[in-house]
Amino acid sequence: MRFDTVIIGGGLSGLTAGISLQEAGRKVAIVSAGQNAMHFFSGNFEDIGPARDRVAALFAAAGVRTNAMDGLQLMPMGSFRPASLTLEDVTVFPDEHAAEKALIVNFTGFHDFYGTFIAEALEKAGATCRIRFVHLPEMEHLRLSPSEMRSVNIARAMDEHWEKVVGDIRILHKDEDLIILPQVFGLRDAAVLDKIRTALPARVAFVGTMPPSVPGIRTQMLLKRRFEVLGGTFLMGDEVTSAALHEGVVSSITTRNLDTARIFADHFILSSGGYFSKGLVTTPTQVIEPLFGLDIAFPENRNDWYDADFFAHQPYMDFGVKTDAELHAIKDGQPIQNLFAIGSVLGNTRKEDFGTAAGMAIRTAFAAADTIKGGNV
Amino acid sequence: MKLQEYTASAHNFEECMKCTICTAYCPVVPVNPRYPGPKQAGPDGERLRLKDPYFFNQALKYCLNCKRCEVVCPSGVKVADIIQSARMKYGNEQPRLRDRMLASTDFMGSLARPFAPLVNGVTGLGITKTVLDATFAIDRHRTFPKYSGRSFERWLKRRAKEQAKFDKQVAYFHGCYVNYNYPQLGKDFVKVMNALGIGVQLLDKEKCCGVALIANGMYKKATKNAEHNVGALQKAVDAGLTVLTTSSTCTMTMREEYPELLKVDNAGVRDSILLATRYIWQLLESGAATLKFKENYRARIAYHTPCHLERLGWGIFSTELLKMIPGVEFTMLDSNCCGISGTYGFKKENYEASQAIGKPLFDQIKSVNPDFVACDCETCKWQLEMSTGYTVKHPISILAEAIED
Ligand SMILES: Cc1cc2nc3c(=O)[nH]c(=O)nc-3n(C[C@H](O)[C@H](O)[C@H](O)COP(=O)(O)OP(=O)(O)OC[C@H]3O[C@@H](n4cnc5c(N)ncnc54)[C@H](O)[C@@H]3O)c2cc1C
Ligand code: SF4
Ligand code: SF4
Repeated sequence: MRFDTVIIGGGLSGLTAGISLQEAGRKVAIVSAGQNAMHFFSGNFEDIGPARDRVAALFAAAGVRTNAMDGLQLMPMGSFRPASLTLEDVTVFPDEHAAEKALIVNFTGFHDFYGTFIAEALEKAGATCRIRFVHLPEMEHLRLSPSEMRSVNIARAMDEHWEKVVGDIRILHKDEDLIILPQVFGLRDAAVLDKIRTALPARVAFVGTMPPSVPGIRTQMLLKRRFEVLGGTFLMGDEVTSAALHEGVVSSITTRNLDTARIFADHFILSSGGYFSKGLVTTPTQVIEPLFGLDIAFPENRNDWYDADFFAHQPYMDFGVKTDAELHAIKDGQPIQNLFAIGSVLGNTRKEDFGTAAGMAIRTAFAAADTIKGGNV
Repeated sequence: MKLQEYTASAHNFEECMKCTICTAYCPVVPVNPRYPGPKQAGPDGERLRLKDPYFFNQALKYCLNCKRCEVVCPSGVKVADIIQSARMKYGNEQPRLRDRMLASTDFMGSLARPFAPLVNGVTGLGITKTVLDATFAIDRHRTFPKYSGRSFERWLKRRAKEQAKFDKQVAYFHGCYVNYNYPQLGKDFVKVMNALGIGVQLLDKEKCCGVALIANGMYKKATKNAEHNVGALQKAVDAGLTVLTTSSTCTMTMREEYPELLKVDNAGVRDSILLATRYIWQLLESGAATLKFKENYRARIAYHTPCHLERLGWGIFSTELLKMIPGVEFTMLDSNCCGISGTYGFKKENYEASQAIGKPLFDQIKSVNPDFVACDCETCKWQLEMSTGYTVKHPISILAEAIED
């Protein structure tokens, strides 16, 4: 099987590169071992920097609507985080003074959303808060097995019953200027968000829940669909198991499912994620990139990998695959001519050039795709 | 240090990090509140069951075994295998007469076939459907698969000499569906193989792969069939033959379920069992053979990937073959279970859930409005034809109609 480019890992970084190349008429395949960090996404593309407008346009073509606006995002634990590009689910505040009075609404029996944390934080900033619960008989079946009272399942019920919830909230609402709801709306179609915002008598902020992230799953599905509509091939649930590397050039890969049917390509992109996605793996003595055995810098003493203070900056988050200026992956000190590393597999090694987090995943994806399109490999 | 070696768990269940991604993609969870979902039924429940089998939950029978949970799991947990193994180990559901009937695809086939016109007539009657519904709890909305008057095996045996003339040979595991319900697919397969210069042989007596037996709790019979089939497959492999199939579910069952669930060792034959689409695609791609397509062939095709093909990861061979045909306008349908899952959707208690699961797919097909739908699975075909009114064709049949006669 032959493609122009094969991408290893179908998370935010791999999909962004894949769509960008497919838009330019290249023939691309993405192989992805399972779902990815988007399923934990807060809705805020941190550190997006100069790539903001470009990625907002790419997303818009995929049906993913965003807010390109500088401000603050209210986090599930009540803190604020700077935002410059967010999914439309997120309400961006100009400063920490988010409200005079806030009504925080949760669903009875839903334990993945902590209204009290949010209330405590807002009250510190001078707001008064009320927490109220809504209860729908239509959702009673979700409570039969308590473990399934989850964001995604509520979101499915909400697609059908959101108007009833809005009705209940209108009754609960007194004079608050902000209504806070968990992000459990619009699993397949975000249109319901606008409908709720219009139907409620105060500003609405949808705040993140424990995973899975409803906006993240929706975004992932839309990006994957866009990639496939453009003609891309997405091999879901398959894993790249080996690569043929000869004199600094990758010629082909094998996958678990396709076994003897090798996949050949001119370019390869490694977007296999960090520790969470097994793009990086640790042993008691080493940090490794398991597929190619690429170079990674880390301290010899394992105690230097982490800080015992859980909330402190963790050094292991910085470790990642070494790359040259154009993001060619480096093995045994030499760049591989047609292999690019992008996204979380880089750790924070390219912070100066590309920032961190989702912003870095997107910016490195564009950089690699541009180099490939430009032909100067 | 190799710690994992000593902590390795059956079907990777220790690898679960409790992310609930599997539950988000399980097609049963949104439509059947009695089903606890893959995370709870799989790795979470397994922890409890290992402590005390008392914790086994009969609701595990609602699992379709579609394997979608495994496809999306970021940690490589074999969620569906955990669930099916638990049903085998702890479940004490006794298959009802209805389940036995539905599960015995080969027995029912050989029984019904000689009386095909009669059986088709009778099972098609409103009154029979009502009786089946009331007596056996087979949902009355279902259209029964038709039985063919002459089995595929008999058809091919009559042509054995002619097939033996080809230098290159393959063996064909046709499965119950081709044999009893839809021999035309087998004939299409033979036509395409012959056009590639390859003759087709039967195995030395194949038996039903056993997928429906597993689904209906008839594990002993399933294991017997598996042992028999591995023997028959081994004979073909020893004779230097590749064994081709046209059913994604039979293929998945013989390659994956035999060792994982039934503990039947298939190591000697596993790599030789291939879907015909994969084999043909590889032949064409390597340039070892060519197909001549009709010049005026035109078709707007929407392709649905069956769950078990998605698990195998071989959908790409079917889609690449279809895209190769000149005159084909191709649309890939979103990944979504059609809801039938073999015999599951035939049962009265599952009918509504089954239709609800498939709804997004039915809606998408209607909005794409293709000339016909392509799909590699026989039970998806029944479901999609019944629920959308569009004709569903197997990629091999599409190849057969697109090549020059
Ligand atoms: C839990 C979590 C939450 C986060 N939330 C945010 C947030 O809210 N905002 C933000 O800005 N950043 C966030 N981040 C940072 C995050 O890393 C980036 O946002 C971004 O999503 C990373 O994308 P990626 O494509 O590089 O990797 P991933 O999303 O991890 O995707 C990697 C993919 O590669 C696949 N893969 C790995 N190995 C192979 C192989 N051998 N063969 C085939 N496929 C393979 C994996 O299965 C996975 O699907 C979060 C990170 C984590 C871990
Ligand atoms: S997707 Fe995998 S890791 Fe996540 S909860 Fe399910 S089984 Fe566990
Ligand atoms: S096999 Fe299918 S039905 Fe069963 S738990 Fe997994 S996703 Fe759900």
